[in-house]
This record gives sequence, structure tokens and C-alpha cells, in this order.
Amino acid sequence: MKKSHILALLVIGSAIAIIISTAGDASTYVSFDQAFQMASSGDNNSIHVVGELKKGPNGEVVGIVKSPDNLSFSFILRDDANKEQTVYYNEPIPPDFTRSEKVVVIGGYHGERFVASKILLKCPSKYQEQKLNARV
Amino acid sequence: MLHYFIGNLGHLFVITSFVTGLLAAFSYWRASSTNDLEARLAWIVNGRASFIAHAVAVIGVIVCLFIIIYQHYFEYHYAYAHSSLRLPGQYMISCFWEGQEGSFLLWIFWHAVLGLVLMATQKQWEAPVMTIVALVQSFLASMILGVVIPGLSLKIGSSPFILLRDAMNDPIFTLQPDFIPADGNGLNPLLQNYWMVIHPPTLFLGFALTLVPFAFALAGLWKRSYTSWIKPALPWTLLAGAVLGIGILMGGYWAYETLSFGGYWNWDPVENAVYVPWLILIASLHSMLIYKHSKTALKLSLILVLSVFILILYSTFLTRSGILGDASVHSFTDLGLSGQLLIYLLFFTLGAGVLVARRWKEIPTSEKEVSTYSKEFWIFLGAATLCLMGFQVLVPTSIPVYNRLLEIVGVESNLAPPANQIEFYSRIQLWFAVAVALLSGTGQFFWWKKMDRDKLRQELLLPVLATLVVFAILMLATGVKDPAYMALMVSGLYIIISNLRVLHRTWKVNAGLSGGAIAHIGLGLMLLGVLYSAGYSKVVSLNNTGLLYNREMGTEFNRDNLLLFVNETRTMGGYDIEFLGERLEARHKSGYIKRNDVDRTDDPFQVVAKRDILFDGKKLYNAKDTFEILPENTFYEIQLRKGNTVSASLYPRIQLNPGMGGFMASPDIRRRLDRDLYTHVSAPMNRDSEPEWSEMEEVRVKLGEKFFVNDYVSVLEQVERVYQLPGMLLTDEDVAVRATIKIEGEHDTYYVEPLFLIRNQNEVGRIPSETGDLGIKIALLNIHPNSNEFSLGLQTRQKDWVIIKAMEKPFINILWLGTGLLMIGFSVAMVRRFREKGDISSTQ
Repeated sequence: MKKSHILALLVIGSAIAIIISTAGDASTYVSFDQAFQMASSGDNNSIHVVGELKKGPNGEVVGIVKSPDNLSFSFILRDDANKEQTVYYNEPIPPDFTRSEKVVVIGGYHGERFVASKILLKCPSKYQEQKLNARV
Repeated sequence: MLHYFIGNLGHLFVITSFVTGLLAAFSYWRASSTNDLEARLAWIVNGRASFIAHAVAVIGVIVCLFIIIYQHYFEYHYAYAHSSLRLPGQYMISCFWEGQEGSFLLWIFWHAVLGLVLMATQKQWEAPVMTIVALVQSFLASMILGVVIPGLSLKIGSSPFILLRDAMNDPIFTLQPDFIPADGNGLNPLLQNYWMVIHPPTLFLGFALTLVPFAFALAGLWKRSYTSWIKPALPWTLLAGAVLGIGILMGGYWAYETLSFGGYWNWDPVENAVYVPWLILIASLHSMLIYKHSKTALKLSLILVLSVFILILYSTFLTRSGILGDASVHSFTDLGLSGQLLIYLLFFTLGAGVLVARRWKEIPTSEKEVSTYSKEFWIFLGAATLCLMGFQVLVPTSIPVYNRLLEIVGVESNLAPPANQIEFYSRIQLWFAVAVALLSGTGQFFWWKKMDRDKLRQELLLPVLATLVVFAILMLATGVKDPAYMALMVSGLYIIISNLRVLHRTWKVNAGLSGGAIAHIGLGLMLLGVLYSAGYSKVVSLNNTGLLYNREMGTEFNRDNLLLFVNETRTMGGYDIEFLGERLEARHKSGYIKRNDVDRTDDPFQVVAKRDILFDGKKLYNAKDTFEILPENTFYEIQLRKGNTVSASLYPRIQLNPGMGGFMASPDIRRRLDRDLYTHVSAPMNRDSEPEWSEMEEVRVKLGEKFFVNDYVSVLEQVERVYQLPGMLLTDEDVAVRATIKIEGEHDTYYVEPLFLIRNQNEVGRIPSETGDLGIKIALLNIHPNSNEFSLGLQTRQKDWVIIKAMEKPFINILWLGTGLLMIGFSVAMVRRFREKGDISSTQ
């Protein structure tokens, strides 16, 4: 076997190892129920849950509770299966939080609590204005 | 009056650029396919004329679009969506490329420039290379074509010259078709930054430059001159590597200065999408160097060069088609171009793939066995590592693509990108970086000398020893303990030291040859800079009050944010830290202005000075002056002190632009030679909702009498009758009395001036007055002429506050220094290769 063949094999081997490790580290999009089952069966990997903020009858966001020092907060997220879950987040409220159409929370259950380590907001696009501001 | 002409002209230029692009491609294709010398010359003339016309049309498009933006023609969607009347001149340039169409235009522009350069300099290669360049141009021009094919209702491209009324379905246009908004939406505040003026053009020049080696490689395959394309392509590859590299780093630096995620690199898909092609570009560069010196690795060079451009197309597809969706914080919105982008990507991928497959057997290969003591062996290993390094980033970044593909075949996939991107990528990329550094540190010795076992030992002894000594010193001095970081440190030092030795040697022979050594030293410094600034980045704004803020969550929660009330000192990272209040920014003078020192007017851009405004001992404005501010920006003055000496005043910023839904925190960075202190606001006080005031407390005081409000000493200084009030008409019978109360704050004296009014004989009105940061509101409730006393109503609220996060980034300057050296190295090498090219004109 030539040295260059050994090298080629090594490269291919590493590439396969990369794919396998990616598959192992990739997270998943799940519902709150699935996330809870995963956590109770001892799977502590962080997962993604996509949902919307709970809205009141007039379309206003309800269920946001700030800690007294404003440094953390919790909110109610309704996932695609319509399950509502209180999510705790250890950062101050992102300023355009209530404007977001969709929220992706990354984290997992700690007991009965869902604790997010990161949240991604899908806001009505920052680059595409929704309404004309008809100031003349 | 709508300005139709300029838009129509612009659109005409767009169509012209598309058509001339196709014409140029066709003519050059004919020129390279015919063997008849005369016909060939004629076709080349055709091709040149078409491409020059194309370049002129591209310039025309740019000029028209710029006129629309600069003249504030808000009847055009592009001007309305990306600009506004108040936008400072230099940012008019950035709004040019805020939209997708403008950034395509930028890319097209650079291709046109490069095309002209190639046309003028490449005699032998002109026809086939320009065929490919012109074809790429036609594809790009089609992205901004904005033409609807009649009958099919198929829209090709999105034109930047679309009118607002066609872009938006607003009812106002049915009532008033000629409606022109008075002002535009403005530029995203994030992009109002000088880096955003120069980063996109640099990055797109880098993108455009990768086309040149691609075109040479493809032309070489096509015309069966399998080996001679490398020589003219090599200097362009170097230039592409330098420009793309600096473009990426500028982006990182912009993020570091402007965004508040706390670093310069976030492994966001948008960042990965340019990082991967750059790595492969560097691998291709090294592979081409192997070929130049030993005639091996030709196939590898070919494949890598072709892959770079295809990866650029792939990253364009990722960031612009909207496929990243939830996975990325920032990518362009979908303009409905996904299909077109996919065709663009597939056309060149399949085209290159088919050509390679058909010619594969004809490509000469070397049957030489690689020796472990040859430079080829080491460089090849380095190139392979770079490719794997890119692959490791590419595979997870493409997860949204797999999901979409699976969806098309009917499988539902719920794969998500790794939950902690930074940790995921950094952990593995670090080891690749170690490998690259060790390989290139060693490879350099082989590059300049023939090696065997004994010689190698001799050469390596000194650098290895020096590396270990320096490592031991640094490790002890800076306390690096993590094994992975130790490995990165050793390899970083090794590449620096071994290349210093090589530099020393080459410099004596010919300084022009030292590019490689300088670039590699830069790389080593960058690795060390990243190691310290990212690996040892430390949050210093820890909650150290000893209070358990949130009982419900227990102590497991990290407290990385610090709540600061105005004028209350806390300690942070060895400093006393104090929030001194909110500051505004004048438009025409530099310096920060206290919010309490000005009165707002009805125009948000205009304020009136309440008193003389000083900054750093310099007077900016006199009392009563009216001047312009930038109302989007609020700064939070935060003072750091050691004992009684002020170490720094930091002004982290919040930008608000309700029209864009934009709210953005930018850090202020205190730079020292050995570390940066990076501070940003994580939550400001919400000024939109009315604060909660306490129950009113009533006090009776005489003139000059002291009293306390919210623990501040206050004095009723003066009470006088006034005859004129702004915004109110007083008759002769009305009585208006103004009290002036002085409040001694910690650092400043504040005045409040409540009013007491009697109108129409018996209507009593009271207008309270408040101080901004101290949270005090005082009303003049009553006047007691008998006892010469006045009743004041005192109300307090929570003082102003801000929540900040601060991080320390040690030795980040080593990273910037390394970046600079890397670029110098590239330039030196480039000069050498461009000169060398002049020796022999490449032949087929």
C-alpha cells in the first residue's frame, strides 16, 4: 500500500468520524411533552422547542414574570402541539421579546421546570417593514 | 411628483447588463471554440465590446440607485426601506448594500472590475476565462432583473428599482396612487457603523476574487491545458485569500464592537458560510504551491480550486434563500429568489463536476511515491487538515438543508443544530488548529531545504527547545491549565518560533521570499490571541451583593449581570463601578450630553440646553441653545474607579429604531495593551410605561429652608410670579407662580420648577416637575401668605437603573496583531507571485 493511499484512508476516516460526531451532538426540535419524556428517561441533552408566546384576548402577551431585580424572568410558551409551559430564563428580558412572532427555546427540563439556556426570537423581520408609516 | 425617469433608466441598465453579459459569454465561447484565427479575433472583439458595455451598464445601475438613495426618492421601495432624510451621508453608502439587491450589485460590480482587469492582462487565457466570468455575471444580473415573463407569471430576479406602491399593498395607494412618504424607514441602526461601510465591499471583493482561480481552472480543463492554468491563477488565489480573510475578520471586529454577544466569533451559520470557503481556499493555495514545486497534487489543486467557488455559491444560497430560518440570527430575508439561487448553484456545481469527470483520465498524474521527508508530504497533510477543518463546520451548518431535503422526499426530520454552537465548534476546531500549526511549523523547514532524518533532528532541536521554554514561562505566568489550551499554546508558539527561524534565514537571502514565514507567524499569534481572549474571557459583572435575588430559582443560576442604580457604587472586577446617568449624543459635536441638561422639543431630533453644557471640561453649548441630537442613541455613563482615581468612563449604547423594530445594545470597550474590558447594557429601564410613583408626602417649608426628599438635601430657593408660560395663554387675571427647588445629588445639582396656577379666578392648577435620574417629583401644592410658607408635594420612584454585563478579554491585541501580520505575509507573497508571472507568458 502506498503512503498516499494510507493518507487518503486517514482523511476519509476522519471525515466519517466528523459526520458521526455531528450526528451525536446535533440537537432536535421537539415538543414540550417529548422534552419532558426525554428528561425523565435521563436524557439531559439540550433540545429546541419552537412555540409562540401566550396571548391574552386582546393579543397582548400574558404570563411574563420578572424577577424583582429584572435580571431574570419567566414566560409561558405554547408549543406547536398547543401545550403551554412556563419557561425560566436567566437573563434580562430581551427588549423586543414581546414583539416576536415565534420563540425558539434551547434548554431542557430540570425536574418540572423548563429552563432555557438560550432563546432565539423570530421577530417580524427587522429588514422588512410591516406597515407604511404614512407621515406626510 | 414621482421621479419615474431615474428608475426606468436604472432598470434599463439592469436589463442591458444582463443581455450584454450573455452576449459577452456567447462571443467569448465562440472565440474559444473556433480554430479559425480570424473568426476568433472577431469574436474576441465582440466579447470585449459586450463586456465593456456590460461594465458600463453595471456602473449605470449603481449610479441610478445611488441617486435614488441620495436624493431621497421615497417613492422607490429601496430608498424608503433602507434610508431616511436624517441618515448621515457616509451611511448612505451602507444602505446601498443593506438590501439583497444592493449586495448582489456590489458583487456584480467587483466581477465587472475583475473581468476588465483579466481582459486587459490575460492574452492567452482571455477567451475561455472571460466566457466563465461573463456567464457568472449573467446569472448574477438575473438576480436583480425584476422581469416578469408574460403568460407564465414567472418573476425573474428582484429589481432594486421597484416603486414603493408596487412593493407594498398599502390601501393608501388605491386612494392616492402618487403618494410619496415624507420620510424613509431608515437604516438598521446596527449597520450605522463605519465597519459596515467597508466590511461588505471587502467581503464581496473576496467573494469575487475566488471566481478568478475558478475560471482559470475550468478554462484549463475545458481547453485541455491541464497544467498551465496554475501559474496565472496562483497570485489571484493569494489575493483572494488575503481579501476574503480580511473581510471575514472585519466582520468579526464589527461584531465585537457593535453586537453584544460578547465576542468576535459566534459560529453562526452566516459566519460559517464564509469561514469554510476561506479554509478550502487556503488549502487550495497550498496545494497549488506543491504543484508549482514538484508537479504533484495537480488533481487535488483542481478540485480544491473548483470547490472554493462552489462553496461560495453554496454559502450565498444558505444565507439568501431563507433556508437557515430558525438556525441563524442574521440572514437576509427571502426575496423569492431561492429557486434562482439554486439554479445558479447547481449550474456551476454540475457543470464543473461533469467537466472534471469527463477529463479526469486525461489529467496528468505523478506516480512518484511521497517521501515523509519531502515538503509535499507536509503541505499535503496541512491542506488535508484544512479541508477536514472546513468539513467539520460545513456538516452541522447544513442541518437545515438536510431537513429540507428530507421533507422533499416526505420524511419528517426534527434535527436541530447543536444546542451550544460555540462550545460544539470550538472544542473540535481547536484540535484542528493544533494540527495545522504543528504541520505548518514543521513544513516550513522542508520548504527551504532538502531534509533527511539527521538534518531534520538538527533543524528541529532549537525551535522545539525554545518553544518548550517559552511555553513553560507563559504557562506559569498566565496560569493556563486546561490540557486542550496547553496544546494550542504549544503549537501556537511552535509555529511562531519555527517561522521566526525561517524568516531570519529568508530575510538574509531575499526579503521578498519571506511572505510565507510572516503569514505563518501571524497565524500563530492569532491562535494565541484567540486562546487567551476567548478561552480566558471572564465575566466580571458578577452579582456580588450576597443577596439571593430570586428564591424560586435557587443559587444554581449564574448571576452574570449587574444591576446598577444611578449614583450608587458597586464593586466589579477590582473596581468601584458607578452608573452616572443616561447620556445623549449631539449630531454635530463629539461628546456626551446629560439627559437632564436638555429639554426635548416636539421634533425628536432637536433639544434645548437647560444650562451650559460641558463635556470633559469643554463647553459644547450655551444655555438656551437649540441643537440637533441623534435620538436613536442613548448612552449609559459608567465610571470605573480605583480608590479615588477614575480609571475609565464607559459609554455602552442602546439604539432604538421603532420603525425597524430594532433595539440593539452595543458595548463600550476599554482597551489596554494586555486586556480589553468589554461592557454592554443587558437591560435598560423601560421609559415607555409610566413609572410607579410613591404616595405624595406633603411638607410645609419657608424660603431657604432645607428638607429631604428621597434622602437628598433640597432647598426651596425661590418663588416668583411668572407672566409667560410656554404653550399656555395667560390673561391678566390669571396667576402663575413658579417655585425653584435645588436638590443636591451625589455629583450634580438638580433644579425642579413646579408651577402653581390660578386661572379664571378660581380654577387651581398644579404642574409638578421632576428630575430624571434621581426619581423625584415635586408639586407646588399651596401658598400660605400668612406664615410665609409653601406646601410642597413630594413623590419618589425607584431611581434610574441599568443592568450591565462586563467581560474581560485578555490579550485580544495579540489576535489583531496576528491578523495584521497574516495580511502582510499574504501581500509579500502576492507581490512575488504576480512578478513571477511576468517572466513567461503562459502558453497552452
